[in-house]
Amino acid sequence: MSAGPMRMRATLGSGFTDVRVLMSHVMETGQRKDASGQVIPLHFIQNVTVKLNGKTVVEGEVSQAVSRNPVFSFRLKGGQKGDKIEVSWLDNTGVTNKTEGAVA
Amino acid sequence: MQMNRRKALASAGAFGALLVAGLLRPVAALAAWNRAAFGAKSAPDVMKGLGVANAEPSTAIVIEAPQIAENGAVVPIEVMSNIPGTTALAVMIEKNPFPLASRFDFMDGALPFVKLNVKMGETSDVRVVATAGGKHYVATKEVKVTIGGCGG
Repeated sequence: MSAGPMRMRATLGSGFTDVRVLMSHVMETGQRKDASGQVIPLHFIQNVTVKLNGKTVVEGEVSQAVSRNPVFSFRLKGGQKGDKIEVSWLDNTGVTNKTEGAVA
Repeated sequence: MQMNRRKALASAGAFGALLVAGLLRPVAALAAWNRAAFGAKSAPDVMKGLGVANAEPSTAIVIEAPQIAENGAVVPIEVMSNIPGTTALAVMIEKNPFPLASRFDFMDGALPFVKLNVKMGETSDVRVVATAGGKHYVATKEVKVTIGGCGG
């Protein structure tokens, strides 16, 4: 399964850079059943990484309790216009996706 | 999808080169994911799994969450630590089947802040553990849930 679209917005706040990112993912809990009563298997993002100008600044481990199509906000110290932000994820089936953008 | 032979060969070659360079490691090696803590079924067991069982209560951890969440499938939770030198935050939903929802490491360049949406099966305490200077601190906040978001 290919990964759905990702969106990211990084804006300068007062003294920090606000990074908001939206990931398209089912985040299946492994607790739901389909119409025929079969358990829908666990399928969720496990790792989230935020890089600032190529350097890892936030590393997250995530469970199936995060909502479908996760939205995360992070805050980076300082920052200036044009700084490069990269956010990537990896799910429990090995699918990965990333998005890049500059601070606006 | 159409892809000419030359292009296909080129991308296969590039993939091989990445493998050789060790840039693409197997998933198991790549994913640092704390199986013990995420698989634990109670908040105390999660804290043991994370190695933060001795956390002391702190009012310097700020948890912003709705008092009443109408939809347990999407509960916005914002967590911030005002403890100097905070390097990690873990978010637990105590009454979920697997309480640990996420944990984040903050390196130099990031503030100890995260906002995310979580699923909550029922009314529960949200428990946040912050790590700073090798010590652990904990705070909780109750969120009432009117419609759960875990089952189907």
